[in-house]
Amino acid sequence: MSKMKCFWLIMAVTMMISFAGSAFAKPIEINWWHAMRGARGETVQKIVDGFNSSQSEYKVIPTYKGEYDEVVNAGVAAVRAGKQPHILQSFEVGTQTMMLSGAIYPVYQLMADKGYKIDWSRYLQPVLSYYMNADGNLMSMPFNSSTPVMYYNVELFKKAGIPMLSKDEPITWDEMGEITAKLVKSGVEGGMVTAWQSWTQVENYSAIQNLPFASKANGYEGLDTELQINNDKVINHIARLKSWMSDNRFYYGGQKYQGPKSEFIAQNAGIYIDSISGIAKLQAAATFDWDVAPLPVESWNKKPQNSIIGGASLWVFKGLPAKDYAGVAAFMNYLSGNGPQILWHKETGYFPITLGAYEQLKEEGYYKENPFQEVGIKQLTRQIPNKNSRGLRLGYFIQIRNIVNEELELVWNDSKTPQQAMDSAVARSNIKLREFERTYK
Amino acid sequence: MMVEKTPKLDLFTYGALILGIIAVGFPILYAIIAATLSLEEVSRVPMSMIPGDQLFNNLHQAWTQGDLGTQLYNSFIMASGITLGKIIVSLFGAFSIVYFDYRLRSVAFAAVFCTLMLPVEVRILPTYEMAANLFGPLQGIWDALGLNSIVSWFAGHDIEVNLDFSLLDSYAGLILPLTASATCTFLFRQFFLTIPEELCEAAKMDGASPMTFFWRILLPLSKTNIAALVVIEFVYGWNQYLWPLLITTDPKMTTAVIGLKSLLPSPEDPPDWHIAMAGALIVMLPPVLVVIFMQRWFVKGLVEREK
Amino acid sequence: MIKKRSYFKSRSLPYLLILPQVLITLTFFYWPAVQGVVSSFQLSDPFGLYTKFVWFDNFIALFKDPLYLKSIATTLFFSGSVAFVSITFGLFLATMANRVLKVTTLTRTLLIWPYAIAPAISGILWLFLLHPSYGVVAIFIEDFLGIDWNPLLQSSHAMLMIVMASAWKNVSYNFVFFLAGLQAIPHSLIEAAAMDGASPFRRFWTITFPLLSPTMFFVTVMTIIFSFFESFGIIHAVTQGGPGGSTNILVYKVYQDGFIGLNLGSSSAQSVVLMSLIILITFLQFKYVERKVQYTG
Repeated sequence: MSKMKCFWLIMAVTMMISFAGSAFAKPIEINWWHAMRGARGETVQKIVDGFNSSQSEYKVIPTYKGEYDEVVNAGVAAVRAGKQPHILQSFEVGTQTMMLSGAIYPVYQLMADKGYKIDWSRYLQPVLSYYMNADGNLMSMPFNSSTPVMYYNVELFKKAGIPMLSKDEPITWDEMGEITAKLVKSGVEGGMVTAWQSWTQVENYSAIQNLPFASKANGYEGLDTELQINNDKVINHIARLKSWMSDNRFYYGGQKYQGPKSEFIAQNAGIYIDSISGIAKLQAAATFDWDVAPLPVESWNKKPQNSIIGGASLWVFKGLPAKDYAGVAAFMNYLSGNGPQILWHKETGYFPITLGAYEQLKEEGYYKENPFQEVGIKQLTRQIPNKNSRGLRLGYFIQIRNIVNEELELVWNDSKTPQQAMDSAVARSNIKLREFERTYK
Repeated sequence: MMVEKTPKLDLFTYGALILGIIAVGFPILYAIIAATLSLEEVSRVPMSMIPGDQLFNNLHQAWTQGDLGTQLYNSFIMASGITLGKIIVSLFGAFSIVYFDYRLRSVAFAAVFCTLMLPVEVRILPTYEMAANLFGPLQGIWDALGLNSIVSWFAGHDIEVNLDFSLLDSYAGLILPLTASATCTFLFRQFFLTIPEELCEAAKMDGASPMTFFWRILLPLSKTNIAALVVIEFVYGWNQYLWPLLITTDPKMTTAVIGLKSLLPSPEDPPDWHIAMAGALIVMLPPVLVVIFMQRWFVKGLVEREK
Repeated sequence: MIKKRSYFKSRSLPYLLILPQVLITLTFFYWPAVQGVVSSFQLSDPFGLYTKFVWFDNFIALFKDPLYLKSIATTLFFSGSVAFVSITFGLFLATMANRVLKVTTLTRTLLIWPYAIAPAISGILWLFLLHPSYGVVAIFIEDFLGIDWNPLLQSSHAMLMIVMASAWKNVSYNFVFFLAGLQAIPHSLIEAAAMDGASPFRRFWTITFPLLSPTMFFVTVMTIIFSFFESFGIIHAVTQGGPGGSTNILVYKVYQDGFIGLNLGSSSAQSVVLMSLIILITFLQFKYVERKVQYTG
């Protein structure tokens, strides 16, 4: 053996040793980019700490990357630059884009590849269905999911002589009209306000009333989907809300800076429709008694469907070292265990995603002490999700939601009739959908 | 410059000026008062116009809650980087264009001055992609030429060369793309053209090299212009919004103007306007001080810019 | 091209000196600009998996979209209003300040500083003043002017809000220019006119104003460019383009469609339109307005 060869051999051996040594000493790092700020971010950290201390092979590193859209942007840029994290939290409106990105490792496949046999029927179906592909396979792991409910001011209700609402049986929209009329008559400035109007008054309204939001099973069955929200029922609903504006039974609290929530807190409105995940903050801010009820339904709707979720899910990117994925799967498995799910639910108000966690919470008597929390789960699980209520799968959904919001505002400020606005929302959204379809053909 | 005595008009003048100053100053005065109040006082409708005693509490809370220390530091690096970068690059550029004669002079001049009126906002998306991978274009050329196979053949085994250099979440990313503007070069060019020819002649007679002329004569003469541009570019850099918003996702790399947004009360939170206003005061202070204390140069810079 | 009669000769030095500028311009201006133009002819998904050349389809879609045309109109209206308000006030205050030379520096100090405030912060300040529930100016408008102030729903109120915030920031900039311009006007001219018995107002319109036209020209260009681009921060902080898209100016729409909506083709096409528009405006201003401008000396 020549001296030179000997030198290279030694070099190679030392390198291998040092490489192997470092691999043993250091756990494999798994990056998770998320959008959870403040208290929610702290809970994320707790869950991650739990996982990291439960084993020594992997270390999950969560990073707050800004608001939802900023996280998705960071993910897009990272994938293009080949520097993607293992896990990215993306909001529900980005589902279609993520699913078609070609950059993801579907969660059902990841779990199967790594030997986890998961009984997906033990999960909350309306949550899973939002993130399943047409064949019913789960593409991303649901993380924070919520659904809209109705909050009401108990004191103002008493003053107006309105009986308290049931937590199981939804009232009808006709009753809503009577209740808000009584509220206004009793001297409250306004009857009801709503947050996230497209999500609560169009998307969820359609799901609950079993109306299609878009053709092709709300987009699940093809990119050639078209919006269908200019049907009589949705238009009637919008027209009704508009007519309530004239006597303040409904008023518009804005999308962003003023906020319907502050109107409810200031007791300017007796009823407030928003995500169930808002409970914690409402508990901190409201100085009066309030309660929660399911969203109203139409009187002709004898069998209301489940409401749909909002929130975000965790996507796994492909293209990272093969050895990392066992860790990602282990973390996903840990995350859906009862412990983290219950912690997440209790601290943030987002749903536990497994029936196991839900049942354990029930057994513990958690919902006896916190009856508010269960209203959302019951509303979400009252039916088996069907084609109209399992979710929405649309391209450029962020822009479409924006279009719906804009058109609704144009109804509220008298620029358009409900019919004109919904027709225009459909037409404008369909252009976006066609553009999206063409891009992916 | 009173040409004749016009007491009524004078009275009107003073009145208008005082009103104007109050009108211009009102938003900031209101912000200062809000920053001295407590949450309860600031939420009262209408808000009291008598200052409270919470100023230092609020400033402190804004500072810690918004992590303003880190962000002010980032803003400072960014603003100074843009200022320095622009001035140095354009001093050399203008020197080259004015004091030399070479074949590609007009081409260089035209190419640089096309950028005069087009700010970063109009090419924001591709600039962002560019910054995400600075060597993106080179990679394209590399792949197109099939250089990978050549390298692999040369090395005897498969090698993939990945040119990859991202400016996202870095100071270079915050600074460099914003220095691509011709305003300073244009100004220095205009100024150099007004410098008497004799100076250059004399320098050449003495056998001074171009760079000696630049350091010994041109640079000292440009002092006032440089001072003026320092003010303008510092303020410009400090106040950037869209670019840092996109290029940074790591809260540790973000600038103060962006960070302030997180102090704004969202509909979900209690209306902490006193904290938001205290934060706004902190963030706006550095550029305001620079402008007020250097207004002589600043005005000169602006007026020079006009020519 | 103007150049010095006396210059240095060197083979490599001038190239070396201009190299940094050229490199930066190429990297961060030309390459992105070319990319932008290319992707405006493409449909592409955000992850870059699918890219398709579609000729002018993105542009056709834009100009078929009534909302885009409205956004152009909104931008022009917004820029025009900001320019009008801030130039009128800036000129008025400068004229006043110029009459009382003794306190010019003091007045200047008191009026100059909004220039240094970031548009985003200016937006926040005005949001606080005009906030429908507790803004003091909003309360004034409601109680004393009897208007139901509601920028959440009323397009005109929202527009007024962003015009105020932008114009306020620009008044000081314009003021400084006008004051400098006024002080450059020779005293002798004014005195001569005064001796002819021209009133102060007449003197202003017949002498001062025409002599100020180069400044006026420059200030107009700068204000319009400001309101086209820098006002992004104000809109992002105050209205986010609403209500019903009524304050969605072009630069904000580029951001909304490109970065939030991830629609790269359309967003690039919008950037190209914006670029062309600003070139056109600058060109028109130089060609038609500047000709009528009187230059002194």
